[in-house]
Amino acid sequence: MSNEYVPRIIGFLCNWCSYTGADLAGTARLKIPASLKVIRVMCSGRIDPLFVLKGFLKGADGIMMMGCHPGDCHYQKGNYNARRRYVMLQNILKILGLEKERIGLWWVSASEAPRYAQVTHEFEEKIKKLGSNPIQEEIFL
Amino acid sequence: MSKALKIKKGVDKGLNDLLEFLLKSKDIKGIFALKKMNENGAVSYSLMTSVDELKKATPLHPLMPVNAGKVLSIFSLKEATKEPVAAVLRPCELRAFIELVKRNQGSLDNLLLISLTCGGVYPLQSLADGNMKKHLPPYWESLKKAEINPDLRVTCQSCEHFIPYLADMTVATVGKKDLDKECTILLNTTKGEDYAKDAPGNIGSEEMETAETEKLKKRREEQNKKIVEDFEKEGLGFKALVKTFSACLACHGCSYACPICYCTLCDFDSKTLEYSPQSFVSELEQKGGLKIPPGNIFFHLGRMSHMAVSCVNCGMCSDVCPVNIPVATVFSRVSLSLQDEFNYLPGKDVEESVPYGVYKEEEFVEIGEQ
Repeated sequence: MSNEYVPRIIGFLCNWCSYTGADLAGTARLKIPASLKVIRVMCSGRIDPLFVLKGFLKGADGIMMMGCHPGDCHYQKGNYNARRRYVMLQNILKILGLEKERIGLWWVSASEAPRYAQVTHEFEEKIKKLGSNPIQEEIFL
Repeated sequence: MSKALKIKKGVDKGLNDLLEFLLKSKDIKGIFALKKMNENGAVSYSLMTSVDELKKATPLHPLMPVNAGKVLSIFSLKEATKEPVAAVLRPCELRAFIELVKRNQGSLDNLLLISLTCGGVYPLQSLADGNMKKHLPPYWESLKKAEINPDLRVTCQSCEHFIPYLADMTVATVGKKDLDKECTILLNTTKGEDYAKDAPGNIGSEEMETAETEKLKKRREEQNKKIVEDFEKEGLGFKALVKTFSACLACHGCSYACPICYCTLCDFDSKTLEYSPQSFVSELEQKGGLKIPPGNIFFHLGRMSHMAVSCVNCGMCSDVCPVNIPVATVFSRVSLSLQDEFNYLPGKDVEESVPYGVYKEEEFVEIGEQ
């Protein structure tokens, strides 16, 4: 085994588009980074900002949020709500002292398996460059 | 230029005269305002329905025992008050109340809103120290000169929204040199004008924003810059955040005092976010040590994610903190950048929705497409 740094990345994927897209990527045998741990949610609008904050405080190095493209949400407007929450989270990350690149939001549809593979690889590369989350060493939380 | 009621009495007496007039001669059945509790300067918000009781009212007393927005929401929660009530409250309290109304936590119906151009309030600590009486003369002096009193709450020293939005009547205090002799009450709405008809005093006209209020605004902007700089000297980032909150007792007093935190059961007091015994074990295995009870920083960040967009910067959170953490200073940094992002000023317009739960299709379009 190599000693290469493997970041811990959490992905919140919406059930209807991104999770299906990830499934398709698997069926198509596309390579997906092993550092990504996927959590399926019913809609990107279901991603409570507390999930993300807790993830970072528990030591996640990066968090990906994925949902349907604007206008394609299974619940009409869940992804628009997610987009505003994402903006809010970026502002809170600033005070938390984390780089805002550690969190990202992507629209990935059910047919976009190559896009899914591409954005997850790109994100992993970015996190590898940033290094591990400094919160991991902190005991006072 | 708006109409103004001028009463040839000190501002305190003049306002009390008007309140008494409203109670006696108009359909107002109750006055909601600060009432004197003892001679040391302790006050409490009260609903007064008799003229005798009203004699103890001291609506302009520079203390905020609780954010009045929160109190008003308590008695208009299920439905509007049955009888018309006149409420005297500070601009930030009014803004907090508007934010609560937007969240269906109160009703503006049957309320006559009286506010003031606000010089700020003293920290509650000055009451505990017994210094309140000593503070009063310099307070009025600095108000006359539109200066910042250095003993005020930190948030009040840097508050730029001291002119109320949506008030029916506004008591002018900032920069009024003849405060002791004349009470000027601006009538901002037709409702306010109707209620002031036949009131003691003369109807004249007056500007809401004067050279003096501009001066105070400038001074407070500068003070705000200074406070932010002082805070940033401590350093930003995670280490600094942990340091700032290291004294936190997790009493959650900031959330109980916050007018925007209206939930009957807070997420952070419920079992939802409780640590399971297993998570203690796994975290100890990873880190070799753990603060108990855990979750301090999570509580503050989580609360921030819930209320920061509607934060009116009233400073109650800093004021009630038993270990003097500058909660409001930390929160206002996030709330201001968020409010800027969504182009939203809490409590300015009751028709404007809270930014979460609404959206515009054409905003932030570049997000998610990269």
